[in-house]
Parts: sequence; structure tokens; C-alpha cells
Amino acid sequence: MTGTEVEPAPRGAGRGDARPPLLRLEGITKRFGELLANDAIDLELRAGEVLALLGENGAGKTTLTSILFGHYAADAGTVRVADGRGGLVALPPGRPEAALAAGIGMVHQHFTLAHNLTGFENIVLGTEPWWRPRPARAGARARIEDLARRMGLEVELDRPVGTLGVGARQRIEILKALYREARVLVLDEPTAVLTPQEAEGLFATIRALAADGRGVIFITHKLAEVEAVAERVVVLRQGRKVADRPLVGTSREELARLMVGREVVEPVRRPRAPGAVVLALEAVTAGSGRDRIEAVSFALREGEILGIAGVSGNGQAALAALAAGLLRPERGRVALAGSAAALESPRAAVRAGVGRIPEDRERDGVVGELDLSENLALERLDAPEVSRFGLLRRRAMRERARRAIEAFAIRAPGPDAPVRLLSGGNMQKVVLARALEAAPRLLLADQPTRGLDVAATAFVHERLLAARERGTAILLISEDLDELLALSDRIAVLHRGRLAGPFPSEQLDVPTLGLLMAGHEPEEPLGAAA
Amino acid sequence: MIRLEPRTAPPAWLALAAPIGALAAALALSTAILAAIGIAPGPALRLLLEGAAGSPFALAETATRATPLVLTGLAAAIAFRARFWNIGAEGQLYLGAMAAVAVGAGALEGPAWLLVPLVLLAGALAGAVGVLLPALGKVKAGADEVVTTLLLNFVIALFVQMMLEGPMKDPMGLGWPQSPPLLDEAMLPRLVERQRLHAGLLLGLGLAILLQLVVSRTVFGLGVRAVGHNPRAAAYAGLPVARTTLLVAMLSGALAGLAGAAEVAGLKGYLTADLSPGYGYAGIVVAMLAGLSPLAVVPAAFLVAAVFVGADTMGRTLGISSYFADLVVALALLFVLVGGLFARYRLRLGRAAA
Repeated sequence: MTGTEVEPAPRGAGRGDARPPLLRLEGITKRFGELLANDAIDLELRAGEVLALLGENGAGKTTLTSILFGHYAADAGTVRVADGRGGLVALPPGRPEAALAAGIGMVHQHFTLAHNLTGFENIVLGTEPWWRPRPARAGARARIEDLARRMGLEVELDRPVGTLGVGARQRIEILKALYREARVLVLDEPTAVLTPQEAEGLFATIRALAADGRGVIFITHKLAEVEAVAERVVVLRQGRKVADRPLVGTSREELARLMVGREVVEPVRRPRAPGAVVLALEAVTAGSGRDRIEAVSFALREGEILGIAGVSGNGQAALAALAAGLLRPERGRVALAGSAAALESPRAAVRAGVGRIPEDRERDGVVGELDLSENLALERLDAPEVSRFGLLRRRAMRERARRAIEAFAIRAPGPDAPVRLLSGGNMQKVVLARALEAAPRLLLADQPTRGLDVAATAFVHERLLAARERGTAILLISEDLDELLALSDRIAVLHRGRLAGPFPSEQLDVPTLGLLMAGHEPEEPLGAAA
Repeated sequence: MIRLEPRTAPPAWLALAAPIGALAAALALSTAILAAIGIAPGPALRLLLEGAAGSPFALAETATRATPLVLTGLAAAIAFRARFWNIGAEGQLYLGAMAAVAVGAGALEGPAWLLVPLVLLAGALAGAVGVLLPALGKVKAGADEVVTTLLLNFVIALFVQMMLEGPMKDPMGLGWPQSPPLLDEAMLPRLVERQRLHAGLLLGLGLAILLQLVVSRTVFGLGVRAVGHNPRAAAYAGLPVARTTLLVAMLSGALAGLAGAAEVAGLKGYLTADLSPGYGYAGIVVAMLAGLSPLAVVPAAFLVAAVFVGADTMGRTLGISSYFADLVVALALLFVLVGGLFARYRLRLGRAAA
């Protein structure tokens, strides 16, 4: 994913930068209860500069941009924006409309578009007086088309946004900000939903924006993207700014260390001969709408990790629901170790030895109000170690929870703590502990590291590989291609509900996966997997 | 400057302070209204207190009023725990009362040890059936149970009037719209000589203890909480979400129906259309004051009953409408809801230290 070598703006401009500042944050401090989310952060952005804001989840990136955009008022510190006459003026805190008027545009991770309106209508929405029944739109149209052409943001403007792909929606979001004359554009984890090729297109747009004299703040936790597009990088860790330097002369390892605060060792997959077939799909069609798979077949074996790549919304949810026992196939056959009944319901799946890590842990994985011991027991409430004659064995449940806290290094006040109080990483460890405690035959790991920091990610990877060593068959659904390539023995790609592969992961790399994810055939035939 | 900050965990003392504070605030605001119309708050409050607890008679009367409130409070508490918003306890109470009359007013004959349980059982069953339609509507079609249970209250109220004017009218009742009386063997025993207090209270206390155990100690109770707080995660973990919702709804209806049966069989002995002065709705306040804890429903019911009884006495002496009690109770509910905010957020004055 290293960028194409077109660099309109000089990178790594150091001291004595003659470009005028667009934005200056001074001493931004924000506290949420006990948590110091931002601690006296200074930051400057110049015209034509691309700044990467790097940090783990919870480092304070989102808080900082929310203050910049006026969603939050800082406890201390000021946001100053160029006034167009060479000076900087302070923005009133907590006023998004003031930030908009000052030329700050924000593209959120979750888009804020009206699905039933067209792209054009979404872009001009809110910029026209409401009392004009049929506004003069020709001028607006020409401006948008000109912007789109110059910035590489070609998109169909007359289709309802709901019918467009994620990449196109993102381009509309950016056009919306530019149409409002944003001089500072903040992109919050913009590549999370894109294929590698779409990400390349986005990077080209970012370079064009910088060449146009605008400033871009690019929020990410992916080091490769920082290298591909940024000229300067600011690293946040636990609410503090720990680095602010030009990218030139900064290595990826150094950035990783700055972000995490220490060395992190990623576990390595060792060769292992797979055993008998555990999960078999034969020409399975299931699900509805965008969550649908069609005629999907594969066999997953003991001690094997099968990775499923794909842009989200291409059938992964249906596949995960099948393996979790939540969905029955319309056509075809799904069987766990030869038995179709084993995946008839979530309860049957758990009993048959399926461990499940759902895509969205807060929605499907845990009940936040229940405590740790209760959440850990939720899948087997009638097991003898949890209850007798319908009565809960509280002491035994607490004991189990204590063991899980120790074995999975869960940072929690104790077994009686409500799970909602835990951080995302620790919540995921609770889900992981529950999925792995009964030494499952099949493990469904659906986005198992989404939103986790580097250390927690390494921990989850280590546990997945350890389960594989013990003979668990693992179905790994992920949008993180590096994760898929590092962990999987074989990888298959979902595109519009159809499965390409599986292919041995040694024959794949990120660009090839990207092409498959976009629905292209591989250029040279890949060896069919055993 | 006043600011709200999220709390990581609400402190334990708040669980006790919030409902008491809410009731005190409601009383304070209500007496402020009294003061505005020229009634001195001090004496008014003293009258209220004396009326509710100033004599053995007053205490017995408060306990009598608390009896149906314990049961409807439990009905709301258990349902709300599963996020099944049963607002229909008032109607289910009347269904229970009608069933008690249908069974106990001569249809069956037998000794008290047989007839009393049968009357109560009939009441509970009728209440449970009364909530079946909204519960099925929610589980099968996603129909909003707030709307369906609430609206059924009015349907049932009209049904009761129709029955009392027609098939269930007492031929010996001198033309009044009231049901025939229950047999003596079907009546709940009195707890105190020449007082209205009856064995329904013991029933309520026993059920409160039982439900507390169910909620905290059983697989079912844990399932109810899981389904209530996150039905998707509960379904993912393999819990029977629809069945749990149905069971909880029917349990809630049964408790409300029991309240109606106990009122008929414990007090007047016959059914009239004014059997309940809104016990079903007041049960919601009781449950909220109790923080949905079954055991705490008992003291909460006594507090609310005390307001009702005390306001009656105060009203008679000072010439104020007895709706004053409704005002206090309604305000108490609003304050409990506001109090929920303080359970989740901490109030900070002035600028926070940077």
C-alpha cells in the first residue's frame, strides 16, 4: 500500500516553512471524569500540508478533532483558524457552525448522508435557503463538477446515496465539505471501509487537495497509510502529544514504538498439517439483501485458519451468522463435523463446540449491564458448573471469572464489575475467553481485532494461533488484510456474496487481495487450495 | 458553571438516597403549591404524617393501601427488568378482580382452604391472559407494548362496566352497578380485629421475597436481565428471548391480576367499577422508586400508600382535593427519572481543574 510516487507538495518541510498557518491548536485539554482525554495538546497545520494524526484507540484523536469541530468544548486551550487576511482568530468553543463557517470540514468514520437523497442533493443540503422552492442549481452543479474533476472525486451525482458503494459515499462526503469551502479537511480513519485500490484513489485526492493549498488532517492507526500520504506526523498516546515531526527520517518501527509506548512482538504462524474437515459448506445460498451469500462452498479443517477477505457488506454477515447458528441456508448444506443439526441454533452451535466471536462485541457479544461472571456464563447457563436445578452457583461463577481474568489478562475491577465499564480491548478478551474456554472444535472469529490497540491485537492473534495449534478450526473474517495474511493458512475472498478461493495465503499479497475484493479475477491463475 | 460528567459507576448510597430524595423533593414542591394558595406547609405536612402513621388505625390503613401497591409494584418491576413496558397493570387488576368474582361468588362451593387459593389463582390467571395479546404482539410482530397494554386498560374498563351493568350485576344490589358478593369462605382473613387490613399483605410480602430470589439467584432471573438489557447479545448467546419475554409479561400480568383478586377478596367482597384508584399506574411509580428491585418494592409501596392515606386526612381537614396525593406521586416519578441522571452523571460546579 506504499503510495505512487507523485508528490505535488514538498514533503517534510522543516523549520522556516514559509507556508501560512491554517490552523493552530494551543494547549487543548479535555477531561472526562477521571480520564484525561487530551492533555495540553499543541498542533499546527499549514496550507498545503498533510498531517497524519497517529494514535491507538483511546489515545485522544477523536476527542481532539471533536474539539476542533466544536462538538466538545475544551476545558482549556484555544482553537485558532486563519481568517483569510493572514491572521489567526480564536474559534468560540463548542460551536460546530462556527467551525464550519471558518472552513473546517470533517469526514466522519460513519458517514452523515441522507440515503434517500441523491449525491447532489446531499452536497447542497443545508446551504440553500429553505423557502426557495426550486433553487437555481446550475451554478452549484458546475462548481461541484469542477471540484470533482480537479480533486479526483468522480462520482454519480444523481443516484440516491443509498444505492452507492462506500467509496462513492466517502467521495460525496468530501465533496460536501469542499463545497462548503473547507480549507482544513479532517478525515477520521477514512480507509477503514475501502478496498486497497479505493484507498489509493483517496490518497491521490488528498495530494490534490494539498496541492490546492488546503490542509488535511488524516487520522489513522495504520502506519503504512501514514507513510503513503503524510508529510508530517503527530503521535498521540494516552491523551498526550508524544511526537510531532516530519515523516522523512522516521522509520515505521519508530512510529510503532511511539504510538504504543513499548515494543510489541507479533506472534508467528508455524506450519501445521490440517486434520479432518470440521466445517463444510456445499453450494450454500443464504441471507438477504447485502448480507447474502450465493453458492458458497469450502471445507475448513482441524488446526487450520481460513481467512475471509472482502469489503464489508459483501456477505460476511451471512457467513458469520451461518457459522454462529443464527441463520439457516436457503439452499445447499452446512455441516459441522458432518452434522447439519449442530448449527441449527446458537444454543445447538455452542453445545456442539462452536466458539463465537461476533463482529460487534457491544451489540452481540456482551450484555454491558451484567457483570463479568454473568457474561462469561451466558452461553452455558444450564451447565453444571454454572447452575443446579435452575439456581445459579454464584461462587462457582465468580471462580470461573477469576480464572478467565487471570488467563486472559483482563483488566477489570473484579468478577462483579459490569462489563460496560471495561475498555474495548478488555471487553473483547471477555468474549474471547468465553469463546475459547471449552476448547472449541470450530471458532468463528468475526473482526476479532476491530478497534483494538496494537497490544490487544497481538494478544488476540496469539490466542487464535494457540487455539489453532490445539486443533481448533478457525474461520477468520477480517477487513485487515495484514491480519489475514499473517494468520491464515488459506484465504478466500467474498465479493457480492460470491466466494473466490480459498487460496493458500503464501500465494497472495495485498494488491492481489485488493483486486479480488473488487471482483476482478486474479491475473495469473492461483493454485487451487487443497 | 454547572457541568455534568459521566460516572464510571454509581455509588451504592445513591440507590437508597435517590428514591428518598425524589419523594422528599416531590413533597417539597407539592407543599410549595399549597403555600401558594395560602396553606401553611408545616401544619399541612404534619396532618399528612399523622394521617398516614399517627395512630394504629392510620398505620393499618396505610398497610391496607400498600397491599395492592406491593403487588402492582412487583408486576411493574419484573416486567421493566426485561424491558417489557407493561403499562396495563390497571386493566389486568380489574380482570383479576372479575375472575375472583366469577369463581368466588357462588360458582364454586367449598371450604376456605380450597376456595381462597382458587379465587387468587383465578385472578392471577386472568391477569396473565390479559397481557397475552400485547406480549404476543411484541414477540411476533414487534408491536409496541406501551401502546397496546395502555390502550387495553380502557377496553377492559369499559368491559368491566358492561359486565357490572349486565351479566355480572348483583340482582340484590338495589340497581347499583356492582357484582354479587363473594362467599364468606372465599374471603381473605383479616389480620387485625375490626381493621380493614387483610392477608393480601402477607401474600405480597411473600411474593416480594420469592421474586427477589428468582431475580438474583436463578438462571431465569439472569436471563430476564440479559434479555432486558441486550436482547441481541442474549439471542447470540443462545437464550430463548421470545419465550423469556412472554413468560415475564405473563408473570407481570398475573401479579397485577392477583392485586385485583386480593382487593375484592380482602376488602369489600364485591366488585365495583371504582375498585382501584389507579393502583396499576401507581405500581409503576412504586417499581421505579424501588429501582426495580422486588424486595425494595415493599418499602416503596408503603411510602406511596402513606402519601395516599395521609393526603386523604389532610384533604378532609384542610378542604383540599384528594388529587393532591396524585400530584405528589406523579412528581415523585418525575424526580426518580431525574435522579436516574445523577446515577449516571456527576454534577460539578465551577471550572474543572485542568
